[in-house]
Amino acid sequence: MQWKAKVEVTLKKAVLDPQGAAVEKSLRALGYDEVSEVRVGKYIELNLEANDREEAAARVEDMSRRLLSNPVIEDYSYVLQEAGL
Amino acid sequence: MKFGVIVFPGSNCDLDAYHLVRDVLKKEVEYIHYSEKSIGRQDVIILPGGFTYGDYLRSGAIARFSPVMNAIAEFADKGGPVLGICNGFQVLTEAGLLPGALYRNHHLQFRCEQVFVRVDNNSLPFTLSASLGKVLEMPVAHGDGSYYAPPELLEELKANDQIVFRYTDQNGDVTPQANPNGSLENIAGVCNRVGNVVGLMPHPERAGEKVLGSRHGLIIFKSIISYLTGREVVRNV
Repeated sequence: MQWKAKVEVTLKKAVLDPQGAAVEKSLRALGYDEVSEVRVGKYIELNLEANDREEAAARVEDMSRRLLSNPVIEDYSYVLQEAGL
Repeated sequence: MKFGVIVFPGSNCDLDAYHLVRDVLKKEVEYIHYSEKSIGRQDVIILPGGFTYGDYLRSGAIARFSPVMNAIAEFADKGGPVLGICNGFQVLTEAGLLPGALYRNHHLQFRCEQVFVRVDNNSLPFTLSASLGKVLEMPVAHGDGSYYAPPELLEELKANDQIVFRYTDQNGDVTPQANPNGSLENIAGVCNRVGNVVGLMPHPERAGEKVLGSRHGLIIFKSIISYLTGREVVRNV
């Protein structure tokens, strides 16, 4: 079965996000004074073949930990859906 | 005594390191391609600076899975000295051979300038010729050089004396102005627990000749040469 994984990688809360800070400053300059806590992350989309959701989730966990994120500075989360839906 | 310089796709300071070892230090040196599964017989391994795999995903994140990295991990595990410079430092942290992580400079700028770093541990193969607190002038050239370690890891690094270099002013004082990238506690370089693997963001290989403005980088290479010479002497006794 084909699955689609949508992985989001963000800097951990304790890690200063200089890109987020720059974007926030720029948003405020545009007049969006209500904005705070801007964080810039990464979005990675991939398809994978797996027998069931559990197997697909285990593989995505594994690749997120080993390559897609760096656990020292980043957190990851993902959603899985059947590909083609 | 033989130096091995690893060449990844996107390495660009491999030539500088090779040149320094061969032409300035007059030692044997060889390039090792990232696709090699073995590194052959080497006495010291250098991971040079550059932009491996275009720094895609994170600096060093993809290079760290190169075939040659298993051989480097084995070499390091047996106590072999490994030096990671700039992108090489990033590759070593990604590989887990060095603690912590390097990410985007806090001011978001690519910084290419001369900086001063202070030697905070001079008992390592790569620093034993420096006096403790010695201030070295070397260039930096990076966009992802901000060092980070979570609080508990930082405590561990301090307890084990693993912070090797700190950005300072000319007098060796740690100041915010001397920090070129927002690194935690001005950390410019660290070592592994044993001390045989060292990584730093500044470029000692680009500070080895008078024409380049500073020769302070030589102290790192002279340290490793003394260390290896001492080992050869012991071996031949």
